[in-house]
Parts: sequence; C-alpha cells; structure tokens
Amino acid sequence: MTKEMTCIVCPNGCLMRVEQNGDDIQVFDALCKRGLEFAKNELINPTRSITSTVATAFPDYPLLSVKTDGELPKDKIFQAMELINKIVVKDRIKVGDVILSDVFGTNIVATSDMTLNAGEKRVDN
Amino acid sequence: MKRYRVCVLGGGPAGLAAAASAADENASVLIVEREKKLGGILKQCIHDGFGLIHFKERLTGPEYAERYIKDMIQKDVDYITSSFVTDVKKLSDGGFELELQTQEGMEKVESDTIVLACGCRERTSRQVFVHGDRPAGIYTAGTAQYFVNIMGYMPTKKCVIIGSGDIGMIMARRLTLEGAQVEGVYEIKDAPAGLDRNVAQCLDDYNIPLHLSTTVTQVFGNKRVEAVEVCQVDKKFNPIKETARIIECDSLILSVGLLPENEIADKLGIEIDNATKGPLVDQTFMTNVPGVFSCGNALHVNDLVDYVSENASLTGKYAAIYQPSNRTLVKINYSNKDFLYVVPQYYDSSKGGELNLYFRAQKEVRNHKVAFLINDEVELDKTYKRMLPSEMEAVKIKTEKTVEHAALRMGGPQK
Repeated sequence: MTKEMTCIVCPNGCLMRVEQNGDDIQVFDALCKRGLEFAKNELINPTRSITSTVATAFPDYPLLSVKTDGELPKDKIFQAMELINKIVVKDRIKVGDVILSDVFGTNIVATSDMTLNAGEKRVDN
Repeated sequence: MKRYRVCVLGGGPAGLAAAASAADENASVLIVEREKKLGGILKQCIHDGFGLIHFKERLTGPEYAERYIKDMIQKDVDYITSSFVTDVKKLSDGGFELELQTQEGMEKVESDTIVLACGCRERTSRQVFVHGDRPAGIYTAGTAQYFVNIMGYMPTKKCVIIGSGDIGMIMARRLTLEGAQVEGVYEIKDAPAGLDRNVAQCLDDYNIPLHLSTTVTQVFGNKRVEAVEVCQVDKKFNPIKETARIIECDSLILSVGLLPENEIADKLGIEIDNATKGPLVDQTFMTNVPGVFSCGNALHVNDLVDYVSENASLTGKYAAIYQPSNRTLVKINYSNKDFLYVVPQYYDSSKGGELNLYFRAQKEVRNHKVAFLINDEVELDKTYKRMLPSEMEAVKIKTEKTVEHAALRMGGPQK
C-alpha cells in the first residue's frame, strides 16, 4: 500500500511517499530521518501533543496556557480536553509546573509563568 | 529628558530580540509596547511549534516569548508597556525625539536610533470583497484567538473560515477542540496559503474540509451572522454562480493575510517596498532614513518566529553600532517573475559586510537553482528541492568585494 503523508514534526512539512507491506514500512522524500519515525507511528499508533488553556482563580490572569508534556493517542484528544476544561488553577503557577498528571500517559503542564512581571514600566532614571 | 542609544518600537518577538542584542553591544535601550504585557502576538499563540530552529525545542508561543523576556530583564533593558509613540521628530544632532502616550500621560524621550519592530496586522473584512450585511460575528482569526486564548470566551458555535492562512487553520483546530463546529475552510486560490503541516495537523486531523478555489461571496444576518454564501471560482477568481451554496453559521472568521504595520514609518518619510509592504532596507536593515531600522514582521511577514528573532537580533546589533556615514546603495536586482520579494532590497557598498538575504519564490518550483551574483560573478548558488511562496528562504552571503551590481537569479529546473 502506498500513500502520501505530510510530516508534521517540523515546519518543513515534507510531503512523503509511504510504502507499507505488512510490517515493512518505507518512507521516501523526507528531508530527515524523523520522517520515517513519524510515518511509522502514524500507521501503527498515531499520537499528538495538545495545547489549551485552563481557568485560574486570579482576575488579573484569567487563563493560563498549558500543554501536554508528551504525546497522547490521537483518539483520546477530546477526552483529554474534557479533563483540561475542568481544571481551575488556584496557585501562581510557573512555566513547566505540572497541573494535572497522568492524562493518557502525559501530564498537563503550564506554558506560561504567572510570576513573571512582563508589564507596566521599568525605566531606570 | 532621557536619551537612549536605541529605542525599540514594539515588545513582541522582534522588539525583544532587537533590544537584547542592542544591550549586548552595551547600548542603552528602551522598548515601547502598546499592550499591557510584553510578548506581542506570541502571548495568544498557545499552540506549539515555535523555537525548533532557535532553541531546538518545540515550544508554545508564551514559552518562546517568556524566554526572551527573562533574558531581556537580566540585560537591564528599559521598557514601558501600555504606551505608544504618537510622534517622532528628527533632531539636528541626527537623533530623534519621540513623543509617547503612557499611562501617566504624555512623555518625551530621545534616542540616537530607532528600531521599528511593530509587527504586522491582519487584513480585515474591509480589505476583502465580500458582499452583503455586516452583522456581528465577523472576526479576524487573531481576534477569535484573543477571545478564546486570552479572555476565555467562545466567539462561535458554528463558523466558516475564509482564507487558509496559518492562524486561520490553527484557530480551526482550536475552536474544534473547544467544542465549536468549523464547517470548512474556504480558500480562493488553488493551493493553501499556510504551511502544509498545518493543513495536516489542524484540518485533516479533525476532518475539517479545505475547499480550494472557493470563497465566501456573501454574508447574511441582521444583528448576528446567520449564514454565508460560498462559491467556487474560475481561474480569474470570478465566482461560478451555479456552484453557490448557503451555509448556516453564526460567525465568519477571516484568515486572509497579514500586512506589515508601518504607521510610524510613514511619519518619518520611510520608503515602503510595494512587494513586502515593509520599508526598503540595506544589509544592516536600515531604512532610507539614517538611524531608523526595521525588523521582523514590520519589515516583511515571516512564516516562523525563529526567523523574526534572528533578523531582529541582527538589526538590534546594527542599530547599536550605527555611525552616520555616506551611503552607496546598490539595488539587489531580481525578476518578479521568479521571486515574490527579496529583503534587503539594497546593499550599502560603503558599509560592506555580510548580507543576510530573505526571499520567496513567486510560484511553486521543484529542483530549481538560485544564484546570487555580485558584479556579474556567481557568489553563491544553491539548488532547492522545492520552493513555495508560503515558505521563506534565507541565505547568508559573505563577500570582500566592492559591490557595484548585485542580483538574485533563478535558474531553470535542474536534473
């Protein structure tokens, strides 16, 4: 079986030709070897990372951006979203902090630092 | 009045990188940012894929921005947020006086040089020609993204997306994940505008149809969008009336391209390139106004933030080390049959030094050779497996020659 597949590992987005004969998978037209790995996963057990936001208890920072720290099975994405949407963060979280662990084999971690002061004015006179 | 060496307009990825590299040259730096927080559009780009080139990691937008913010804070750069420049005047000593609207009122600062890092803006419904009503529910993709990712509001239950830019596709996925129905993405051209990987991971993964050579021709709705009409188009983009169909929806989301923001550049009399819509610059990214530099998406719309940072970092350095001198500007020639644009547009041969050249092919080509010629001699040539208008290419050219002529040329297909 031959099919075309766009590799999503990096912005190159190689359009690959993938040939599968039973367990033998061959990949053509990928610029690097990550294409082969991606294509194999995609045929056997497609996984994705997801990014989203969670609610917080802080009016000055109503939403905190989050991601999965690994990949979860593609068909579990919407179940993971249901879990993410139930979260309310009650502490000032830092980037990388785990907010919810073991979500289909991944953790939900913060991608923004609520303790970073990235605004107002800082001028040395 | 405080005088800075470099004043950076914009605290997004370009401004942050420009400020950091200017500070590395021991310049005193001020960033002026319009929004409450630094970070620019990256704050709302919660998806990942940033930083693969620069950090060799797949970061989300906020992670990428915060790395630069933390770095910049350590470097002791001044910044003012919730502020913008209302006027710029040239001073007799070659510097500039900037009038700022800040939270405390009007303030003035002086600076030897200015870096324009104001980013770009989305094209709005006023810039695309869709007939019909103008009810609530017509958003740019970036506005929809701000609602969902920053404010936590869902702007739609069922929408149609016009244009297949990257932000539009990313929002198609985001809205789907949050429970909205994205009926389809409609692209007037016969190829997607954004990256192929976004078609794969944002649309195909969620079974969102991409309709090529099709566009939205009319909007219906009294107070709120109630429906849109979509129509296939012929090769000249004229709608084929027999193919029209009505889609019920509550929103129309526009992802129809970005334009460099250069309002301040206008005030300074900066010349704009019709191809990029950003300033004409030399290899130091200095505009026709000496001491005023441009970088990032204000210079030309980039497809990766990594390129923005890299370009801005160079620009910040050039702004910090700038010394007034006579310029000998050599135009970098190219054919617009081959290339959409080439940046920088000029090489200042009295300054010399390396040339970081960015370009885009006019149309998709495979196995084509691109050559850079100085004084009619080939300085660099490279064969590209595939070039697309949506994918920027970058080359670095180092030369000791006194440049009198410079040109970027595309050869025919290679075997």
